[in-house]
Amino acid sequence: MAYDYTPFPYVAPPGLTEPEARHPVVIVGAGPIGLAMAIDLAQHGVRSVVLDDNNVVSVGSRAICWAKRTLEIFDRLGVGDRMLAKGVTWKVGRLFHGDKPVYSFDLLPEEGHKYPAFINLQQYYVEQYLVERAQELPELIDLRFLNKVTGHTDKGDHVLIDVETPDGTYQLEADYYIAAEGAGSPTRKRMNLPFEGQTFEEHFLIVDVEMQKSPFESDSPERWFWFAPPFHHGQSALLHKQPDNIYRIDLQLGPDTDPKAEATEEKVIPRIKAIVGDTPFRLDWMSVYKFRCAKLDRFVHNRVLFVGDSAHVVSPFGARGGNGGIQDADNLGWKLAAVLSGDAPATLLDSYNEERSHGSAENILNSSRATNFMTPKSPIEALFRNAVLDLAETHPFARKLINSGRLSQPCSLHGKALQTGEHPMVGQSLIDAPVGDGWLVEQAQGAFTLLSLGADAAPDVEGIRPLHIAEPSPELSRRYGTGHYLIRPDGHICARFDSADREHITAALARAKGQAR
Amino acid sequence: MILQDNLGPNGDTIYNALMHAHEGLTEAESHALNARLVLMLINEVADPDRIAALLQEARRPASSV
Repeated sequence: MAYDYTPFPYVAPPGLTEPEARHPVVIVGAGPIGLAMAIDLAQHGVRSVVLDDNNVVSVGSRAICWAKRTLEIFDRLGVGDRMLAKGVTWKVGRLFHGDKPVYSFDLLPEEGHKYPAFINLQQYYVEQYLVERAQELPELIDLRFLNKVTGHTDKGDHVLIDVETPDGTYQLEADYYIAAEGAGSPTRKRMNLPFEGQTFEEHFLIVDVEMQKSPFESDSPERWFWFAPPFHHGQSALLHKQPDNIYRIDLQLGPDTDPKAEATEEKVIPRIKAIVGDTPFRLDWMSVYKFRCAKLDRFVHNRVLFVGDSAHVVSPFGARGGNGGIQDADNLGWKLAAVLSGDAPATLLDSYNEERSHGSAENILNSSRATNFMTPKSPIEALFRNAVLDLAETHPFARKLINSGRLSQPCSLHGKALQTGEHPMVGQSLIDAPVGDGWLVEQAQGAFTLLSLGADAAPDVEGIRPLHIAEPSPELSRRYGTGHYLIRPDGHICARFDSADREHITAALARAKGQAR
Repeated sequence: MILQDNLGPNGDTIYNALMHAHEGLTEAESHALNARLVLMLINEVADPDRIAALLQEARRPASSV
């Protein structure tokens, strides 16, 4: 059944009739990243206004692959269970060359995690669930649909924002302005910020079809990727299952394509029939797109902060766009809350730039390599690519070189300014494990947490929530051993100690809040 | 002969470096680069039996699609 796009109500904002008091935070854009940002801030007690020029969720499924790390962040935001229940869980990716399977990979081969490697869930559901969660926090989140930002001025100690509504224009003041408007970011354009990177010439056709009969051979949905499939000569193809029996088909079309001509039913239906044969289907949504990999040099410009696609864009192969954006919100939320409450200096926001700029560069590196492998741009690249695919039938080394997308993983923040020490786990996002009747991700996120494993409890340190587990589950022991792990509110480990020394823990906390000089 | 993976997490970086080495070359120049590279890699492997086995494996016709 097709998704029912119910418009969100527009309410005339108070600023139309009288000036509003300065807001701590204004978020521009009510997509997944802007909404996650607002909920995260609210959970840290920070009020925000969310402005969106539209009044419906994402039209079309768009971002569908949500990674384990994103689900763990959604868990903290109070929507993880709902996303998991609705989403299609998968973990196996299968690669074909022609009609022959050459390789498959399991993205989470072990048990003992609350969330799976991936779920597929249409962006419209993700946005709907986030909006409904935001609506549970009306004291803290002011959602304003059909409120279009037309201008902004950084006044040094605040930002002045021009907003257009169906009833006229008004102005808002905010301590901080967060641009979460997507790849076309008007804020970025107004500020004339360079947004540079690699543009790819290939066109891709993305089609969602509803079918009752599964094209997969087994009951568990997988990610299927073909190089040179028999049904789509010389190109590549990708197949995913979404909820409501909707299947995502992604077809490479080559560089010399007329996107308008391709995105028509008479061109698309024969392509789908070539894949699914006589199986009846309903065309739900389609789009022809090109993409590029690019990022802003800096995500923090005084009081204007960029998150998600406003700050960086990637090719879709690897699901690093939406997932990368959620990690931006996760990284920025607690920092901005600490700055606004006076618990941390404003310079803490520089660490958002340092850490997420690093994360997005890693995402761009991975997604551009995958795209280069998929779309050889010279005869010699095609020759090597085909040699890899040929050798992969026999040789494991070549299978590892096949690149249909390296799927989203959280980056490590090891060696960045807020982290203390050289232990290899420092900088990583926490690895989930069973704790009592629940999970580590439910207990160790949202506030600075000291996870102590084994006999020794840690001394109380102000501003740190102790989590002492005297008898860890086997998975917890295997993944962490013993010792004391200081975990940031965004679930990244920022220090590890063999023994719990109050002075060392206090120093690591200060450093993680940007207080150390 | 079955060739296990020796590249580990560096596979993508190394493959990318190989593609980069060919950037901007004509097909003839790329062939020449490949020839030089194969000779150098043979020298790195050095063991004649190993090289003979690799040559034989590389000569197997590909079932290209």
